[in-house]
Amino acid sequence: MDDEILQDFLAESWENLSQLDTEIVALEKDPKNDDLLVSIFRTIHTIKGTCGFIGLTRLGAVAHSGENVLGRMREGQLDVTPDAISLVLQVVDVIKELLEGLEATGGEPVRDDSELIARLDKLAESGTVESSADATADGLAMIEAIGTEQAAPLNETEEDADTTGEPEIEPQLAVPEPIETDMGATTITEPIHDADTAQTAETGKTSVADLSIRVNVNVLDSLMNMVGELVLTRNQLLQLARDDDESKYAAPIGHLNRVTTDLQEGVMKTRMQPIGNAWKKLPRLVRDLSQVTGHHIELEMTGAETELDRTVLDAIKDPLTHMVRNSADHGIESPEDRRAAGKPETGRIRLNACHEGGHVIISITDDGRGIDTKRVLAKAVKNGILSEADGAKLSHNEILSLVFHAGLSTAEKVSSVSGRGVGMDVVKTQIERIGGTVDLTSVDGVGSTVRIKIPLTLAIISALVVESGGESFAIPQLGVVELVRLAADDRGRIERIHDKEVFRLRDRLLPLVHLDSAMGLDDDPAEEDCDINIVVVQVGDEQFGLVVSEVFDTEEIVVKPVGMLLKEISLYQGTTILGDGRVIMILDVAGIAKQFGGLSTASDLRDAAADAATDSDGDSAGEYTTQLLFDVAGRTMAVPLSLVARLEEFSQDQIERSGDRLVVQYRGDLLPLLPVEGGGGISDSAEMQPVIVFSEGENSMGLMVDEIRDIREERLIIRMNSKRPGILGTAIINGSATEIIDTQHYVTKADPGWFAASVPRPSRRILIVDGSLFFRQLLATSLEVESYSVISAEDPVEAIELIERGEKFDAVISEIGMSRMNGFEFAAWLRERSDCEYMPIVALSSRGSSADQQNATQSGFDRWLTKFNSQEVMSTLDDLFARVPTQTGATT
Amino acid sequence: MSATAQLDKRTEAESEMDQHLDYSNQYVSFWIDGQLLGVPVSSVQEVLNPQQIARTPQARPEIAGLLNLRGQIVTAVNLRKRMNLPDREENESDLNVVVRHKGESFSLLVDEVGDVINVSAETMEAVPHTLDPHWKSMTDGVFRLEDRLFIVLNVNATLNIS
Repeated sequence: MDDEILQDFLAESWENLSQLDTEIVALEKDPKNDDLLVSIFRTIHTIKGTCGFIGLTRLGAVAHSGENVLGRMREGQLDVTPDAISLVLQVVDVIKELLEGLEATGGEPVRDDSELIARLDKLAESGTVESSADATADGLAMIEAIGTEQAAPLNETEEDADTTGEPEIEPQLAVPEPIETDMGATTITEPIHDADTAQTAETGKTSVADLSIRVNVNVLDSLMNMVGELVLTRNQLLQLARDDDESKYAAPIGHLNRVTTDLQEGVMKTRMQPIGNAWKKLPRLVRDLSQVTGHHIELEMTGAETELDRTVLDAIKDPLTHMVRNSADHGIESPEDRRAAGKPETGRIRLNACHEGGHVIISITDDGRGIDTKRVLAKAVKNGILSEADGAKLSHNEILSLVFHAGLSTAEKVSSVSGRGVGMDVVKTQIERIGGTVDLTSVDGVGSTVRIKIPLTLAIISALVVESGGESFAIPQLGVVELVRLAADDRGRIERIHDKEVFRLRDRLLPLVHLDSAMGLDDDPAEEDCDINIVVVQVGDEQFGLVVSEVFDTEEIVVKPVGMLLKEISLYQGTTILGDGRVIMILDVAGIAKQFGGLSTASDLRDAAADAATDSDGDSAGEYTTQLLFDVAGRTMAVPLSLVARLEEFSQDQIERSGDRLVVQYRGDLLPLLPVEGGGGISDSAEMQPVIVFSEGENSMGLMVDEIRDIREERLIIRMNSKRPGILGTAIINGSATEIIDTQHYVTKADPGWFAASVPRPSRRILIVDGSLFFRQLLATSLEVESYSVISAEDPVEAIELIERGEKFDAVISEIGMSRMNGFEFAAWLRERSDCEYMPIVALSSRGSSADQQNATQSGFDRWLTKFNSQEVMSTLDDLFARVPTQTGATT
Repeated sequence: MSATAQLDKRTEAESEMDQHLDYSNQYVSFWIDGQLLGVPVSSVQEVLNPQQIARTPQARPEIAGLLNLRGQIVTAVNLRKRMNLPDREENESDLNVVVRHKGESFSLLVDEVGDVINVSAETMEAVPHTLDPHWKSMTDGVFRLEDRLFIVLNVNATLNIS
């Protein structure tokens, strides 16, 4: 059992119990007081409910029987007699004992309460307290209880118990009867119990109730604010002390610094709460929902102990409730439907929370019917969110992202359960307000997952202070990957593609954004001959470089919300006050990336899809990729920038002929050069020959073009497939039809041994598992052109995560040699799963000994293909799909 | 507070007399481009000397920036820009009339701060029809002081910049 849940339960129960004694006694004096009765009933009921939830069966059983008796009283079917009250008080005492045991040992003490339960049940049924022997027991219990009170946390209980222990019960004490023997058994446990009591009394300080106090959150909030102020003042003092080496204040300031840091951490800690607090109501909610809807639902919660700042916790409470409600109401099907679909009748909603970096990831997964994309789309069209024609072009993920669009509630009729007026758009807004992101994945008939990523705390963060255009800004450290400083002489390493600057950082092209121009500040005139500072920041899976004029220290800053007049600016995520009292803006790198585009989201198709799913704007949601545009023979063509390794220029005399091929000496090797098909070859006009270099491991090839034009971020929809070699198809980029070149065609042509060429099929979901990003994209592109939908994973471990998350695929194409797990093991794992038993699994490898191939067949691969002949891949898939028993087809 | 002298003597005496009476009739007055304007005392948090204001790039032109008021961040609104008045000379510094609005503090940048003016709300008149509609949308009404007109700004409308 979870320790923190238990601690919370104990603290709560002690508090409730303390008031229970008072109330029960008051009830005895005023048996007609319905309010009291209801309150007592509710308390016992709460305890019972929680017991059930956290698996305390003994406690639950006693509370349950007690609740029955109280329930009868409440209904007026049972008189509130002193006998009955005594019995109820005995229930309270037993509960207390059990709680004490629980607190001391972490588990329920072993004891037999069946006798008490029997009597309670008897009372509930017949309205009579069974015998006076029990009364003796009552008396004993009372006396016991009084003894116990010393260990009980609150004084008032003691007094109350004292009063109850008096006159009314005494007469009954005098009449002992048969069942005494049974009582003997109870008495035997007494010494043990006493020992327990003594122990608890001794170590009384460790009692949860003693250790925790309830503090009004406002007190904590103002404390937090004050600590924030203190941190600022501390920073100011540190700054002053830094300026003056001789300062006699240096030592005390140093001490102040440490104390402040500790204090800050301490106060932050007081605000941290386990996320389970936001989940407490969910089991009940789900239970109620299953009653109303008739669905059988099991709620599974893991990671409830994950801690979060309470402001964050408060902010996600409603969205979480809403999403669980959604899953239970719309996600999980009726038992009949589930049976028909071959699923267990009981649907499952899984809630999971965990820490990841400075974030908390919460996922809500159900194994229901998934989101009906057709209905979502129909609704979106009906509500005028987009036109039918536009809708037809959307991918699965794009349609899913519409769910977050304001004014789209998929529930056609507002059921009693949902329809609180909270839509998914509100959920998204609330989560984004606290700097979180939401994404949604859903597979028809299999279920859906909502993944929420939120920051741990909003209050104090570590940030890098930079200067640009004469102004200082803070960049949250979380988003900063590295700092690159370029000497003024090395300016040449920054290259231009049309009006976009890129920097070659190791083997990548890093798009650059000048912060001063992004901010609309004057360019620093001195910048030309200064060193260049590039802050490499991460947005999702993309990196880009922010060019700033100066990089200062990293500081702990107190995040203050952006005022309402500045809220609309997406470039800022907050404001803060620096040590010297200056106010500066905290940049939102994601906002900058969005606004100043030119960034590729294509590096990982899966994430691009996820990004698309989180995009709030349904119309523009899509898989944006950055395309490199170039001219060949007067035509503009494009290639996804993520496939491009480098851009080079060679002078004409560097280009040599080797047989019928063109090569240049490049980085100690020969780089084969190819002209664009139909594009003529070496450009005659220009002195320098621009070349786009594609690279994979050791192998590189260069494509000769006439001119590099531009980088454009576009949603790449290939409108027309092309029959011409070397052209994937035509897409609309920058408003005009642009041919997208097929890099694999050229790569193959340059070195047939590297890979081999491409051709088309129906919409199915394929999982590509391969360690090479380049290859994944290459394969994904050619599969997508054939209208397959493709998800890729870097290695089997990632692939397994996807599958376990409920993603379904129609086929898997996997490399063999990969990190973490090899392809053989992966295939074997897949074949173990009932849902993957008949799924085509294709090995696509660059190696190929016959032993490997044999091994592959044994571990479950259907086919072995050598990298890379797309034609062969397509025909193999066609062939395999033709044999697959239809019921395993996963999607669409 | 040098503008005190410019105020009507009678009003001044009255305001002193009624100081501890009803705040609803009191207005903090200030000068912008030769015009006497004011906001209700109840909405004013404090009045500050010229402050260092941090620029907020990409914000609307009416937003002058942010200032640090004892650890609290205050959004400064360039009232001249807000009211479509010409900018001041560069070397002139603005005073801050800090107002509370929807739980946040804002500083209205003004040329000079006048006195607290005490007038009976009943004597407030509607602004003339002919007034620039932009101004009209930001004002509650006008008082006829003995020697000049005193325009009362509506804080809500003034800070509703969009």
